[in-house]
Amino acid sequence: MENIQQQFVTMFGTEWGAMLFSLASNMIFIFAIVIPLLLGVAYLTFAERKIIAYMQIRVGPNRVTFFGIPWLRGWGQPIADAVKAMMKEIIVPTGANKFLFILAPVLTIMPALAAWAVIPFSPELVLADINAGLLYILAMTSMGIYGIIIAGWASNSKYAFIGAMRSAAQVVSYELAMGFALVCVLMMSRSLNLGDIVNGQQGNSLLNWYLIPLFPMFLVYLISGVAETNRAPFDVAEGESEIVAGFHVDYSGMAFTVFFLAEYSNMILVATLTSIMFLGGWLPPVDMEPFTWIPGFIWLLLKIAFILFFFLWFRATFPRYRYDQIMRLGWKIFIPITLIWIVLLGSIMQLPESIRDTFPLNIWF
Amino acid sequence: MDRIKKFFSTFLLFELLKGMAVTGRYLFKPKITVHFPEEKTPQSPRFRGLHALRRYPNGEERCIACKLCEAVCPAMAITIDSEQRADGTRRTTRYDIDLSKCIFCGFCEESCPVDSIVETRILEYHGEKRGDLIYTKEMLLAIGDRYEEQIAMDREADARYR
Repeated sequence: MENIQQQFVTMFGTEWGAMLFSLASNMIFIFAIVIPLLLGVAYLTFAERKIIAYMQIRVGPNRVTFFGIPWLRGWGQPIADAVKAMMKEIIVPTGANKFLFILAPVLTIMPALAAWAVIPFSPELVLADINAGLLYILAMTSMGIYGIIIAGWASNSKYAFIGAMRSAAQVVSYELAMGFALVCVLMMSRSLNLGDIVNGQQGNSLLNWYLIPLFPMFLVYLISGVAETNRAPFDVAEGESEIVAGFHVDYSGMAFTVFFLAEYSNMILVATLTSIMFLGGWLPPVDMEPFTWIPGFIWLLLKIAFILFFFLWFRATFPRYRYDQIMRLGWKIFIPITLIWIVLLGSIMQLPESIRDTFPLNIWF
Repeated sequence: MDRIKKFFSTFLLFELLKGMAVTGRYLFKPKITVHFPEEKTPQSPRFRGLHALRRYPNGEERCIACKLCEAVCPAMAITIDSEQRADGTRRTTRYDIDLSKCIFCGFCEESCPVDSIVETRILEYHGEKRGDLIYTKEMLLAIGDRYEEQIAMDREADARYR
């Protein structure tokens, strides 16, 4: 790294060299995050189809392979789907606002990818190690709703509009519960920096993770995350059986695929945040010999995969909530629970040290 | 008491976990999918698939152009023209079945007094352009000639119930 920076300085001079070097290295880093992410999205769709199929005693996609290799049967499916989507025409409906119609998918995927900038993959591996990381994430995940509203509006279709309105109301409601759940994490870790949050969970074993002291918050966060990404059972925004596909009913080809990518990268993002904030990020479950051999990055990936499996499992199991039930769950159940937990946690943390030390088996406060 | 019980079973997610346990168990069950081109499900002798026109063992076509099938066809998929042949018998000059109209009800087969038009077990056929699925007399006779053995066997198996 130092050598390359030196070369840049000698080539472009001291002022431009450093700037160009940071630009080039950041670009490379961004591509190193986004390309595996998009591949992950592609194979998440494959995993989703396979797992849901297995839960319905079917086999799922099992035909498309690479170069006719039999044991890779099915693995070519996401690639084939992507190629097909790229071949398709993007139809702009008559009466649609063309500019907004094209802008909406861009506005949806942009924050979904931008949020990945502050995710720490291992202690050193993070693109932007900013102190307000969690705030940035909250801001970015809230931005995604603009794309959905604009898509619903620009389509000039009542189904799309209903879908967009539902989605907006849902995301706004669950953002609150999600935010309060994250406030608990902040109180435990005393930092907004995602790396510091993971370091705050450092200990001997998985008992130190925030999963244990904040278990109800973990559930609230996970369920709100499902609702935030408009996944089943909270998919009234898409509701195939009532409003066909909600906000993206008029989209086709690559424009539709961009919405699809955004939804799935948001899923991966929520899973990543859950593993960072409640499952100890890159930390191994037990700080002992065989577990510490595996690099932290792999542990993070395993935790993400674990949470994503739950997303798919939910989808295979639960029927869709009715709209008023979603609102009831968000406003009347999650927000009171989180508020009570914040007060409880705050009062425990404010207790004098001498009393907290007397708690049996206390390793968290 | 019941309401309290219900409240806790909902609030602590027991209901949801029960549901997830069911799907979780099914994840590991053996899959019942039939892998179609490699495996096929058994077919009944009464299977109603692609049509065929049959001949008598001496090679004479069975169809006498009575047009019962044309009349009974609910989808009006059959079109028949007929004439008197040189030997004085009545024969079809045209026997078209539009398979894109056909609903495979089997009425033509049942109405036929000479067992000429039959539905075979063939279900894997396709058309690549418009009009490919309009089967003419020659095509139907060719199918009949090719699968006569199977067709005769299926009629034989079903004869007792007719």
